[in-house]
Amino acid sequence: MSAATLDAPAGKPPGRVFRAGREGTGAWPLADRIGFWLSWATGIALCLIAFAIVLFMAIKGLAYLKPSLLVHSPSPSALQNKSGGFLDPIEGTLMVTVIGIAIAGPLGVGLAVWLSEYGRPSWLARVLESGMETLAGIPSVVLAIFGLLIFAQPFLGFLSQTDSNGAVFGRSFFAAGAVMAALALPLVVGSTREALAQLPNRLREASLALGKTPATTVRHVLLPAVKPGIASGMVLGMGRIIGDTAIIRILAGVSLTLDGVGHTPLLSTLRGTGGTLTTYVYENSPAGEGSAPEKAYAAAFVLLLIVLALNAIVTRLTNGAERPERRGRRFQLIRFQGVED
Amino acid sequence: VIDARVERGLAGLGVVVLALMSAMLVTIFIRAWPSFAHNGIAWFGSGGDVDTQLGAMGSGKALPGHSIYYFRAWPLIWGTLITTLAAVLLALAISSLAAIFLTEFAPPAVRRMLDPVIRLLAGVPSVIYGLIGILAIAPYINNHLLSQSRKASVSYVVQLNGANLTTATLILTVMILPIMVAITANALEAVPAAWREGSMALGVNRWRTIWRVSLRTARPAIAAATVLATARALGEAIMLAMVSGGRGFAANPLDGFTFLFEPVRPLAATIVVNAEGLSIPPLMHTIYAIGAVLLVSAAMLSLAGWVTKQQLRRYGIRA
Repeated sequence: MSAATLDAPAGKPPGRVFRAGREGTGAWPLADRIGFWLSWATGIALCLIAFAIVLFMAIKGLAYLKPSLLVHSPSPSALQNKSGGFLDPIEGTLMVTVIGIAIAGPLGVGLAVWLSEYGRPSWLARVLESGMETLAGIPSVVLAIFGLLIFAQPFLGFLSQTDSNGAVFGRSFFAAGAVMAALALPLVVGSTREALAQLPNRLREASLALGKTPATTVRHVLLPAVKPGIASGMVLGMGRIIGDTAIIRILAGVSLTLDGVGHTPLLSTLRGTGGTLTTYVYENSPAGEGSAPEKAYAAAFVLLLIVLALNAIVTRLTNGAERPERRGRRFQLIRFQGVED
Repeated sequence: VIDARVERGLAGLGVVVLALMSAMLVTIFIRAWPSFAHNGIAWFGSGGDVDTQLGAMGSGKALPGHSIYYFRAWPLIWGTLITTLAAVLLALAISSLAAIFLTEFAPPAVRRMLDPVIRLLAGVPSVIYGLIGILAIAPYINNHLLSQSRKASVSYVVQLNGANLTTATLILTVMILPIMVAITANALEAVPAAWREGSMALGVNRWRTIWRVSLRTARPAIAAATVLATARALGEAIMLAMVSGGRGFAANPLDGFTFLFEPVRPLAATIVVNAEGLSIPPLMHTIYAIGAVLLVSAAMLSLAGWVTKQQLRRYGIRA
C-alpha cells in the first residue's frame, strides 16, 4: 500500500473526506500555504484599513466638532478658536450637489433609456456608449479647466460675474455644479442601464400588447420599475460630487465664505464664488493657506458622515432591488399602473 | 408622432453630450497649442526646475535666455509615471489576493462585512485621504523613518519631509484598491464551477486550483480593473497635491533608499496647485497643455479598456 492510501482515514465515510472546502492546508506545498495565508492577511488588512480610517476620523472629528461650527460662517483669523464654523461650505456643498444632480439625473436617465430601449442608429449608440466610458475616465481637473473655458464665454456671462472690461470671470457655483454633472452622468447612465437590462422582456411585451406606444411603455412601465436603479445611480453620483475638490477649487474659487454677485437673494449666491466642505478641508489643511487642522478634521468628519450615509442608502437600494420577493411585488404594482392609464 | 419625437429628442441629447465632449478635446488643444508650439517636442523633456518655470510664467518675467513659454514637463511626467505604476502594481498584487480571500476563503460573516468595507474605501473623498496622509502619515514618516543624515545627503538639491513618493504611492494604492478588488472578485465568482471542480477532481489542491484555473480565467477582468484603476490614479489630483511633497522634482532612483523619500508632483496635482494662475495667459496655456496630456492619456486608457472588454465578451464575462 502506498503512503497516500494509508493517510486516508479509514473510519470516516468517504464522502466527507473528498468534499471541497473541508481540505486542510497541512498537506499543501509551502508556496501554496504562503499564498493562502497572504490572501487571508490582505483580506483582514483591508478591513483594518477601513476601520482605522473611520476610527481615526471619528476620534479627531468628535474631538473638534462642536455644534456651533455647523451654524457659523467662517471668519478670517489665524487663531483656530476665532476662525468660525463651516456653515458656508455646507451650503456650498448642498448647492453644487443639487445643481449637479438636477442636470445629471434627467439627462442620464434619458441617455440610458435611449441606449437600451431605442439605440438607433446603432453606430450612434456605440459611440455614445464608449463616450460615456471615456467620460468616466477623464480626470476631474481636466473637466474643471474645460468648464472654466466654457463658462468664461461672453454669452454665458450671466452665470458668473463680468468685470468692467467685459471679461467674464467664469467661476461660480453654477459653473461648478454644471461641470459636476459630467462627473455624475456616467454613474447615472450606467446604473439606469443596468436596471433596464435586468427587466424581463415580458414587461415591455405586455405593455405593447395592450396597445401602449413605446414612449408610454417607457414612461409608465419601465421607468417606475427601475426607480431603485435610477436612485442608486443618482446617490452614487452625489457621492462623487460631494467628494470632489478639484472642480470646486478651480471653478468656484478658493474663498471659504460665499461671495455673492448682484442682489437677487439665491441667484447672487449661485452666480458668486465660494467653497464646499472639500475645499474647506483642503484650505485648512497644511496643504492650503490657512493652517487650521482642527477645523479640517471636524469638516472632514462631517464629510465622511455624509459619505457613509450615502453608502448606506445605496446598499439599501441595491439590496431591495435584488431581493426576489420584493421584485415580484413591485412588478405587480407596475402592471396595475400600466393598465390604469 | 409623439413617439418618434421622443426617440429623436433622446437621440438629440446623446448627440449634444458627444458634441460637448468633442468640443472639450478641440478647445483644450487650442488653448494648449501656444505652450506646445513654443517648446516643441522638448515640452516632454527635462531641463531646469519646473517650479521656477511655472513661477516665471506666473510673474510674467521670462527666465533669462528663454521665452516666457519655456517649460520642460519631464519631472511632472516622471512623477505621474512612478506614482501611478507603483500604486497600480502594488494594488494588482493586493487586490488579487484580497479578491481570492473574498470569494474563496472568507467566512460568511467576514464576507458580509467586506462588501460595505470595499464600498466605504471607494467612497471616501480624496481630500480625506489627503488629510490623513498629511496630518498623520507624513509626520510619522518624517519623525521616525527619515534620519537627519538622509535629509542632509540630498539637501543640496531638495528638502525631504514626510510628504513624499512613498506616502503618495501608499495612499494612492489604498484609493485604487476597492475598484480592483470589486471587479476581480466579480470575475472570480463568474468562473464556471465545473472548471474548478474538474481541477480539484484531478487532485490539484484548492489554492493551486484558484491560482491556475480561476485567476487565469479572470485575467481579462483583472486587465480591465487595472485599466480603470490606472485611469483613477492618473487623474487623482487633490490627494497627491497634499501628500506627494508638492515639489516638481524628478525623484532619482539612483539615490538608493533616499529615492523613496524624495518629493514628486504629478501632472494632475500641478494643475490644482496652479489653479490661481489660470487667468495669466502663458501659465494658462501651459496648464491647458498639461490638461491635454492628461486627456489624451485618459482617452488612450479607455481605448485599452475597450479592447480588454472585447476580450471579456468572448469569455462571456461582464465587467
